[in-house]
Amino acid sequence: MAEAKPVERPLSPHLQVYRPQLTSITSILTRITGNALIVAALLIVWWLVAAALGPEQFATADAVITSWFGDIVMALSLWAIWYHYLAGLRHLYFDAGKGLDIPTAEKLGWVLIFGSVILTVITLWLI
Amino acid sequence: MVQLTLPKNSRMRTGKTWPKPEGATNLRKFRIYRWNPDDGENPRVDTYFVDMDDCGPMVLDALIKIKNEIDPTLTFRRSCREGICGSCAMNIDGINTLACIYGMDEIKGDVRIYPLPHMEVVKDLIPDLTHFYAQHESIMPWLETKSNTPAKEWKQSIEDRAKLDGLYECVMCACCSTACPSYWWNSDRYLGPAALLHAQRWIIDSRDEATGERLDDLEDPFKLYRCHTIMNCTKTCPKGLNPAKAIAEIKKKMVDRHV
Repeated sequence: MAEAKPVERPLSPHLQVYRPQLTSITSILTRITGNALIVAALLIVWWLVAAALGPEQFATADAVITSWFGDIVMALSLWAIWYHYLAGLRHLYFDAGKGLDIPTAEKLGWVLIFGSVILTVITLWLI
Repeated sequence: MVQLTLPKNSRMRTGKTWPKPEGATNLRKFRIYRWNPDDGENPRVDTYFVDMDDCGPMVLDALIKIKNEIDPTLTFRRSCREGICGSCAMNIDGINTLACIYGMDEIKGDVRIYPLPHMEVVKDLIPDLTHFYAQHESIMPWLETKSNTPAKEWKQSIEDRAKLDGLYECVMCACCSTACPSYWWNSDRYLGPAALLHAQRWIIDSRDEATGERLDDLEDPFKLYRCHTIMNCTKTCPKGLNPAKAIAEIKKKMVDRHV
C-alpha cells in the first residue's frame, strides 16, 4: 500500500483567537506582578547596598529611585504587591476547594483588580 | 513550552471570499479557518455568507448549510447535533464550545470559527485528538476492583452515586483542555482539565478500589500540578461542568493523605 507522505500539520491559533477571559487575565496578572516585583526588590537592595557603601554611591541610587521615573516604578510595584497579595489570598481560598464556581471566581477577580487599585491609592495617600 | 506566536507554517492568511447566495436579504458573514493537507499552503480564513432566513438557529446548522450549498470541501466533525457526542467542538466567537448547541443569536457581528486552540490540525476545523485520548486512557477510566466480584452487580448507595453528578456527564469534547493556557504550553506532560475531571470521577467512585494507585500516578509536578486554577476550563465547558473544582478536589485528597 502506498504510504502517505507525512505532512507537517499546522498548530491551530490560540492566543490569536481566544477571547480574553477575566479568569485567565487575573491569573496571568498574578504571574506578571510576581515577576515584576523582582525588579522592585532588586532596586531596593541596590538602594540599601549603596547606603552601606558610602554617601556618593547612595546619592546616585537615591537620585534614581526618588526620581519621577523611580516614583512611577515604585507606585506600580506597590500596586503589584497589593494585587499579588490579594491573588495569593484567592489562591488559598481556591485551594481549600471554595469559590470554584464561575460567578464567585469572577466576582473575586474583580475584587483583585479594583481592590488592588483602591488599596494602592490608600497606601499612597497614607505615606 | 510557552510560545506566544504561531509557528511559521501555522500563520493564517486571508482566504477566499465565497459568493453570496442569490436573492437573500438577511445575510450573515462567517469567517472560517481552512487548512488543506494536500496543497502545501498555510492555513487561511475564508469568508462565507449565509441566508439567515433559510437556516437553523445553531452554528452547526450554518456550517452544514455552507457545506451543502456553498463549499462541499469545508471539513468538520459532527454527529448527534444535540450536545451529547462532543464531536463538533470548535472555537466559535473566541470561546470553545459545541457548534450544535451554540446559538448564532449569542454572537455579535461576524461568526468567527477556528479549530480547538493549540492543537495540530488534521484538516480545516478538525484537530488531532490522539494525544488527548491517550491522556484520558492514562487515568484508567474504568472501575478498578480488588475484592471478589459480587454475585450480582457492584452496589452503590444513592448518596455515593450522587457524588458522580457533575463528573459523569463529560462528553470528552476537549473544549476545556484546549481553553487552558497551561495545557497549551505543557500538554506534553500536563494531563489537562478533561482527563483530570475523569480521574476525579473514578477517584470519588465508592466502588473503585484503586484510589491510592490513582493518586500515586497523579502525584507529579506536571500531570496534576500544572493546574494553576485559571478556570478557563469551567468558564467554557459547554455541558456546564466544573473541571477546576474536580481538580481542586484531587489536590485536596493529595494533601489529606499526607497529613
